[in-house]
Amino acid sequence: MQVNGEQADLARPMSLGAFLSDMEIGASRIVVERNGEIVARDSYDTTMLSAGDVLEILYFVGGG
Amino acid sequence: MSNISSPDRPASPHPAAADDLVIAGKAFRSRFILGSGKFSLDLMRAVIENAGTEIVTLALRRVSVGGPGNILDHIPPGITLLPNTSGARTADEAIRIARLGRELTGSPFVKIEVVPDARYLLPDNGETVRAIEVLAREGFAALPYMHPDLVAARAMREAGAAAIMPLAAPIGSNRGLTTREFIRILVEEIDLPIIVDAGIGRPSEACEAMEMGVAAIMANTAVATAGNVAVMARAFGAAVEAGRLAWRAGLGRRLDAGAEASSPLTGFLRD
Repeated sequence: MQVNGEQADLARPMSLGAFLSDMEIGASRIVVERNGEIVARDSYDTTMLSAGDVLEILYFVGGG
Repeated sequence: MSNISSPDRPASPHPAAADDLVIAGKAFRSRFILGSGKFSLDLMRAVIENAGTEIVTLALRRVSVGGPGNILDHIPPGITLLPNTSGARTADEAIRIARLGRELTGSPFVKIEVVPDARYLLPDNGETVRAIEVLAREGFAALPYMHPDLVAARAMREAGAAAIMPLAAPIGSNRGLTTREFIRILVEEIDLPIIVDAGIGRPSEACEAMEMGVAAIMANTAVATAGNVAVMARAFGAAVEAGRLAWRAGLGRRLDAGAEASSPLTGFLRD
């Protein structure tokens, strides 16, 4: 898998929700793009990740 | 006799009782939009309150684990979030970032930036028009950062922009209202809010732009690089308000030569 531009191995089959909680990333104020598609927040737990996935996990930072 | 009813006095041209800034149907009291970059999250709340701002811009970036906390925890409720598409070099990238931003804000407001030039950070007006066309159809209230060009501004309006954000000088330069003549043309010709964005370095420059009739000012670096960030935020808020009042009042006339006494010339030593 590729997560935010870096390689990441999937130790076991898991949902996006489980992956985020493994990474200790709170799901409330992020947006996730999986293979170019935005994942709806209420489907994190039902979205199963696979080895070829490309994830972008984004949040707001200061900016003009 | 004092000259109270000078024939030179213009009728107050903009006496509106309610003077809200309206963008895409949403009304704002404050005409100062604050960028949230380049200063500490700990200062955020005080800076926003001092500025009196109701709109704050944000950027979207990859999550960094163990980073400095979430900026949204530092922005008071009631503030309208205006995500930008910084980092985009093409219309397609801007569209992608805009959609991601909306997912987080739940609001249609987006500041479109398409910046292919890394040295001067100048926007690509053509790609920006393309991004607006797509995003406006998707219901976005698109506020494009742009180089102040009348033809491009018309195309952006035609494409469905909610406001136009011409640059005053290169981003982050604090060099002031270097494009004033071209921004003045936009104010005259484009019936959308003209919001000066980028390059304003001092409150006096923000005030001058407001006196010209622009609808609002956006600043970030000028505040963030000040000696005291919160106090400068207050200075900008006051300057923007002063400039707006001056525009509403109508500036006094200017003599190209000579002088005209403000005090009566008669009534004592010369009769």
